[in-house]
Amino acid sequence: MHPGTSRLGGTALTLAYDQRTITENLTVAVPDNSFTVIIGPNACGKSTLLRALSRMLRPSAGTVLLDGRDIHDLPARKVARTLGLLPQSSIAPDGITVAELVARGRYPHQGLLRQWSREDERVVEESMAATGVDDLADRSVDELSGGQRQRVWIAMALAQQTPLLLLDEPTTYLDIAHQIEILDLCARLHEEQGRTLVAVLHDLNHAARYATHLIAMRDGRVVAAGEPASVVTADLVAEVFGLPCRVIDDPETGTPLVVPAARRRATTLAPEPA
Amino acid sequence: MTVLRTAGGLSLRFRPRALAVGVGAALLAAGLGLVALGSGDYPMGPADVLRTLVGGGTPAEQFIVHELRLPRLVTALLVGAALSLAGTVFQSLVRNPLGSPDILGFTQGASAGALVVIVLGGSSLALAGAAVVGGLATGLVIYALAWRRGVHGFRLILVGIGISAILTGVNGYLLTRAPLMDAARAVLWLTGSLDGRGWANAGPLLVVLVVLAPVVLIGCGPALRMMELGDDTASALGVPVRRLRLVLLTAAVLLVSFAAAAAGPVSFVALVAPHVTKRLTRAPGPNLLPSMALGAALLVGADLVAQRAFPGHQLPVGVVTGVIGGGYLVWLLAMERRAGRL
Repeated sequence: MHPGTSRLGGTALTLAYDQRTITENLTVAVPDNSFTVIIGPNACGKSTLLRALSRMLRPSAGTVLLDGRDIHDLPARKVARTLGLLPQSSIAPDGITVAELVARGRYPHQGLLRQWSREDERVVEESMAATGVDDLADRSVDELSGGQRQRVWIAMALAQQTPLLLLDEPTTYLDIAHQIEILDLCARLHEEQGRTLVAVLHDLNHAARYATHLIAMRDGRVVAAGEPASVVTADLVAEVFGLPCRVIDDPETGTPLVVPAARRRATTLAPEPA
Repeated sequence: MTVLRTAGGLSLRFRPRALAVGVGAALLAAGLGLVALGSGDYPMGPADVLRTLVGGGTPAEQFIVHELRLPRLVTALLVGAALSLAGTVFQSLVRNPLGSPDILGFTQGASAGALVVIVLGGSSLALAGAAVVGGLATGLVIYALAWRRGVHGFRLILVGIGISAILTGVNGYLLTRAPLMDAARAVLWLTGSLDGRGWANAGPLLVVLVVLAPVVLIGCGPALRMMELGDDTASALGVPVRRLRLVLLTAAVLLVSFAAAAAGPVSFVALVAPHVTKRLTRAPGPNLLPSMALGAALLVGADLVAQRAFPGHQLPVGVVTGVIGGGYLVWLLAMERRAGRL
């Protein structure tokens, strides 16, 4: 499914915050045109890896390569035209409208005397349409629901027009319907616009359903990487998450579906007396 | 938003409302300035003042306007603009309306430097230099304590309040060590006053403002807008977050210190002017230029009040800004509390 090429990846990465080492000697590659999802238990280093891949964290050893060059040798603006990131938390300035916020995604394409080109205008409109927030253009971001707000932030990242888009837990804090809405949106951006997506997700079943390439991490190591069908097995879930489970076919999509083992089989059969 | 485009593909974008506020504030500053130049023991009409400014008038009028009143007015304009610009930068970097140099302790740092010179004795040039050194040193300490691992607005404010309390103690000690005459001079300086300010006071600040304003406005302005979205988002948009913060912090501390060197630590202008600008422009983002103009107008207006409110009795301008600013701060805290941000 994926040709062997990769514009973004890391080799022999050691990532640390101050003295605390998160990963050592980690090597990953993001296949081009994939929807890559990184999974793993809390504190396994998946968000740290995403920060390193997006140039926000400088590795203490090893290199992150973007188009064959060390990402830290490239100017920040040039990286921002190639690689977009939706961080876990962002701040919407008081009273900013949806259209204004999305427009800020054009920053890496603008200059002192090129503050708002027709191209900027067109891309912002397209980005809002692609994420279904065009109706909200003049609304204040403060007034929106969590799901709407997340779509606005994605629209801002789209307006950056980067072939690569990284998303750090884009579905956290959303209810289940909005989670699926955001993931459907991501899948559509991947399929229709041909962007390479990399997301950190918490929900294993979401990851298995939407990803074309999975990276499973534990304790700062990559335990397995590949297509969900080959990565998501009962053994791997037990190894990575320490969770006994069965893996069945998702009745909707045929992708792997993780069903955690019951606490004790008997309890599911005999309801407890009231 | 209004956009101007040329055939060559260049484009400029601005908010008409922000432009109007900026122009309005600049006109207000000019109008108040004209009144200030014309009022005093030798009153002059606006027409006389204008004629004298462009080289006409009697030698007496020439002396009064150019030597006595204009330096004071120019100092007020520059101090107001510099404090307001620095305040806007701080509030924007800290992402908190309380992040003004008064509250963060930079002003007290500049005061401590100046007090040392007043107590030990030294020229006004040495005083100005010491104020700058004090401000920068405080900046370094606060940066080391609170800012190294990125801005956490509230932590910075709390560290700043602590530093500022320590420095207030130091300043009090210095005052008790000073001979009575020097102590009186020091207290006047600490209040912030434009009394008797000459070109020697305005000069250094003018140079600093001419150098730093373009750096902040043109060099860092657009990136500073992105910084409001959070460090991560700004960084993802291609803003070199760490470098930008260091440059802006240094520029703002220099502006505050040189302003303090020129007029003493005039309180609350840096807090109030950016805020009022934001309310008037109703625009998200730092409104650097309108806020500079408004700061200048505010200080000229306050100085006019300080000079003329009580005939025969001049107040230091810091008293007026303190009263206005303190009231505004209380009101602001009440509003912030209602909005749930505090």
